[in-house]
Amino acid sequence: MTMALITYKEAVRQAMQEEMRRDENVFLLGEDVGVYGGAFGVSLGMLEEFGEERVRDTPISEGVIAGAAAGAAVTGLRPIAEIMFSDFITIAMDSLVNQAAKMRYMFGGKAKVPMVLRMPGGSGTGAAAQHSQSLEAWLVHVPGLKVVMPSTPYDVKGLLKTAIRDDNPVVFIETKTVYNKKGEVPEEDYVIPFGAADVKRIGRDVTVLATGVMVHRSLEAAEILAKEGIDVEVIDPRTLVPFDKETLVKSVIKTGKLIIVHEACKRGGFGGEVAAEVMESEAFDYLDAPIKRVAGKNIPIPYCMELEKSAVPQVDDIVNAVREIV
Amino acid sequence: MKLSKETLISWYKKMLHTRFFEAQVDAFFAKGMIHGTTHLSIGQEAFAIGSTAALYADDLITSTHRGHGECIGKDADLNRMMAELMGKSNGYCKGKGGSMHIADLEKGNLGANGVVGGGFAIAVGAALTQQMKKTGKVVLCFFGDGASNEGSFHEALNLASIWKLPVVFMCTNNHYGMSMSVARSTAVANIADRAASYEMPGITVDGNDPIKVYEATLAAVERARSGEGPSIVEGITYRWLGHSKSDANRYRTKEEIEAWKDRCPIKAFEKYLIKNNVISQQESDEITAGAKDDIARAVEFAQQGSYPGIETLEEDVYA
Repeated sequence: MTMALITYKEAVRQAMQEEMRRDENVFLLGEDVGVYGGAFGVSLGMLEEFGEERVRDTPISEGVIAGAAAGAAVTGLRPIAEIMFSDFITIAMDSLVNQAAKMRYMFGGKAKVPMVLRMPGGSGTGAAAQHSQSLEAWLVHVPGLKVVMPSTPYDVKGLLKTAIRDDNPVVFIETKTVYNKKGEVPEEDYVIPFGAADVKRIGRDVTVLATGVMVHRSLEAAEILAKEGIDVEVIDPRTLVPFDKETLVKSVIKTGKLIIVHEACKRGGFGGEVAAEVMESEAFDYLDAPIKRVAGKNIPIPYCMELEKSAVPQVDDIVNAVREIV
Repeated sequence: MKLSKETLISWYKKMLHTRFFEAQVDAFFAKGMIHGTTHLSIGQEAFAIGSTAALYADDLITSTHRGHGECIGKDADLNRMMAELMGKSNGYCKGKGGSMHIADLEKGNLGANGVVGGGFAIAVGAALTQQMKKTGKVVLCFFGDGASNEGSFHEALNLASIWKLPVVFMCTNNHYGMSMSVARSTAVANIADRAASYEMPGITVDGNDPIKVYEATLAAVERARSGEGPSIVEGITYRWLGHSKSDANRYRTKEEIEAWKDRCPIKAFEKYLIKNNVISQQESDEITAGAKDDIARAVEFAQQGSYPGIETLEEDVYA
């Protein structure tokens, strides 16, 4: 396999371009996705290749962006809709939660809703409380949605292709602070199945399950801890729904310790769900210490960069949590 | 406009089907044979039937929580409708949707909707598919007067207009959003007046006259089909019964309800058909009896159906 070194952002773009070349039913719509290239430049150049018909600038109307995607999907197209910041999902919630997610079930299995709702999530850009949230737990809670949260260029490309080919509404949360991070990505077509966690680092002393940018911080923490003789296993679930419980349970049985790291507020966060899954599994008997959650504080994201940093886990927080548990 | 005898009779039949279907549902609800809640459109039949008559069989609709008439207008199978309301596995949604979620994708019915204003964006998306795939099909998006105060109305109508999508926004103005009258809830006199904000035509017609409804809808449908974009067609009508099963009619007078019952769209249409020699009184009686029989057959079909097995509970969450 030939590998290319590209950024996370380029990987997202390539996935969309390749799928749009492969299937004429795939198209992109959203605010400023055309000539502007998207607020983060993800779709730069796509207008030139595919034209206004398939790279559609929309008015600032998140409700109808998500709802029109559902309507287009149920009638035979495969829309990729971009929500400029995941915070604005609030405005699209009826379209997503009451409509797209439930159509298939409430119509007795007749409908297919093959749509992807892409959105950058997370803090770290100094953009304060309405442009920095991590709201994935809300979406995980809704039956009918799939929720994907890739952390690397390789994962984001392979998972976005799977999302586009999936016949269900998929919420695709991009990690905005890694948009410019580079990684090796195959030049050939490949996909990554949903529900397959990736062990980003093999270790024997403690399992760290992390999502989004926290995967990178956990890997950094693991290198620091390695120098102290602590061997950390880092698991990235990559998709939250469906969730690969098996890989996690196997790891916890091996290490006997689990730390869950995410950027979202701890209260009601995905970490609580992961902890409960482990407690209900055969791994419970192997736990040598209480499960720990290292997560965002239960506050809105503040503006001042120093405060913002303190609102969500940093490498040191993960290092300290591991030291406490081993 | 010259309409054939067969066409007019088919409308009359569908209006009767809607009336008798809902009267039966009301009776079953009282007996506890249909549960949850149900929203009846008795008194509004002309708008649902006259408007859907302007469509080809493969055109599409989105409908509302009060959508039985639109389903019937779009040629839904009465048997499967009744079975669905009784929660049976031979119903349209295998007993998982009920009155508010009847959908028949094969016939272009993209579903009723339990959320007021929930259908606008779906209709716009469905119309986008027709435009991009150049199918020549049109989408009718039904909504009530109350839904026009939802934000989704504004987002959808604006987008439909700038993209010139083949969709017609069909407002069933029955005077009330639950208890809130249009006069109390809405800043404009007619919902169709709002069309001006979106640079689209808006027309208000007598929603109890199926021919007037048909003519107005057809003009809007033809405009949409030819690529000129969306319109609003508003029909003024009246909901005889309560909003749902919890309604004690505290917000309106008996006199008002009775006055609208005197303007029954079905009786008026019967009178029109007889006066214009389309049918005789005897034929009308036969059609009426036949429509009642169809509902009786639907009841029989529904009663013969079984409840969905517990093994189906977790089916069809994902494709």
